[in-house]
Amino acid sequence: MRYLPLTDADRRDMLAAIGAASIDELFADVPKAAQRDGLVDLPKAMGELEVERRLSAMAEKNVAAGSVPFFIGGGAYRHHVPAAVDHLIQRGEFLTSYTPYQPEVSQGTLQYLFEFQTQVALLTGMEVANASLYDGATACAEAVAMANRVTRRNKAVLSGGLHPHYRSVCETYARFAGNELDAQDPAPLLIKGAGGEDLAARIDADTACVVVQNPDFYGEIRDVSALAQICHDKGALLVVVVTEVLSLGAITPPGAMGADIVAAEGQSIGNALNFGGPYVGLFATRDKFVRQMPGRLAGQTVDAEGRRGWVLTLSTREQHIRREKATSNICTNSGLCALAFTIHLSLLGEEGLTGLARLNHAAAVAAAERLAEMPGVRLVNHSFFNEFTVRLPRPAAPVVEKLAERGVLGGIPVSRFYPERADLADLLLVATTETVTEDDIARFAAALTEVLQ
Amino acid sequence: MATLRFTQDHEWVRQDGDTATVGITDYAQEQLGDVVYVELPEVGRQVERGKEAAVVESAKAASEVYAPVSGEIVAVNDVLAGDPAQVNADAMGGGWFMQIRLSDPKELDGLMDEAAYKAFVAEQH
Repeated sequence: MRYLPLTDADRRDMLAAIGAASIDELFADVPKAAQRDGLVDLPKAMGELEVERRLSAMAEKNVAAGSVPFFIGGGAYRHHVPAAVDHLIQRGEFLTSYTPYQPEVSQGTLQYLFEFQTQVALLTGMEVANASLYDGATACAEAVAMANRVTRRNKAVLSGGLHPHYRSVCETYARFAGNELDAQDPAPLLIKGAGGEDLAARIDADTACVVVQNPDFYGEIRDVSALAQICHDKGALLVVVVTEVLSLGAITPPGAMGADIVAAEGQSIGNALNFGGPYVGLFATRDKFVRQMPGRLAGQTVDAEGRRGWVLTLSTREQHIRREKATSNICTNSGLCALAFTIHLSLLGEEGLTGLARLNHAAAVAAAERLAEMPGVRLVNHSFFNEFTVRLPRPAAPVVEKLAERGVLGGIPVSRFYPERADLADLLLVATTETVTEDDIARFAAALTEVLQ
Repeated sequence: MATLRFTQDHEWVRQDGDTATVGITDYAQEQLGDVVYVELPEVGRQVERGKEAAVVESAKAASEVYAPVSGEIVAVNDVLAGDPAQVNADAMGGGWFMQIRLSDPKELDGLMDEAAYKAFVAEQH
């Protein structure tokens, strides 16, 4: 498609049609303070080589994840993505296709979405999954909205172990949808004196769902089976959030513990860190709730001659047909990221997935043991997958800065999310994936010893 | 004797004493095409005349079904959960949606009788 700018005559015609004498008159309602006279002060045009040189110099100021020992997680995980994934998703048929508005002509797209959904349902232990949402956080907020529709209730209990960004997206939705949130204290359950959280006790007759993350924000693995039972007895749904989807290669899936909705971030499989996005939200539920499920759903069927084919099904619940009564304002999906997920998971297979999960856990155990040996450093978790929390003998934020000066990206200080909480200031979140080597752990430990001296 | 009335939203109401049975008309099911799902209200819920009481979903659209009269839902047609096609096969009979205990039987007076509804549908074309 060529870019065809407007001509002066086009502009004159349009202004005449709406009865404005000039562009300035058209924008008369925009306050002066919000208007800019003239152009932004940009440097003069440069040649390609010169621009490349300038930008490379700027990029070198970053410490790239792959260039140093890297222990940052907190909802976004650095994993090895096989080159085949990028190669395949860059095929023009995949890379440039938009969400199919005449879906049945895009059989290839529908087929991979169907396979994606099948993988997500198998991974989470659920009966049905959609064709993906934007990311884990929007999937979580959509799960809360769906629970309200299913139960015709209005309140969600959020575990303190829910990722603070996810909680914040739920709050944004709630502010405009008018539903109530009962967010619990974010202190990790196992910190002495925090007393844990009793989610079951928070459920009342208005509670639509309880939202629990597993492994939780601090990396702790939880058994939510008993909680699921209590939710069901009280007519509420259990929403399980997973921010590290690779954990499902090693731990009991939410579906097997009685979850009604699973909302997960799928970035870990097939997708790089990408500066925080685009990511891919996974959303799965029980068959009986499928009509209240947000997003798109690809279905498998047969045509008039009995040949296998795919359709978008249940679209009558979507915004372009049901307007404000739609199940969600999202009637698209993260197609390309979902494809990357599907290709990577297909390459891994079941054995590859569990093997990769085991590598992650082994690396995390090695790192946790090494750090916990250090004087004043204490492991907070009882159990974890590939991310854990340690308590340092002093506030974690300046320690992380000093580690970075020594070329180690040593995790996330919890104070970054809860700056007002002095009791959480010494906590450091450490993620250890298969990309971390023994040497990385040794360098981390050496740098931390220096910094804590 | 049972009184049959119709709304402009193509619902029918059959009054029988203090309750009324509600469904969608044959014209409505024809317009919708194959009905694939019907979402019915809970028994015991209070519905208000003109407000959403159920949802009927076909292969091409999902539409609200409005309560033609106010009152309490005393029964819903559970057959539709397993066999929504009943709505197409027998809209005015086996494809009924719900029974409402009338809070104000006079509301029925404002609705069309069969002849008026037929004329109304004819006008739509």
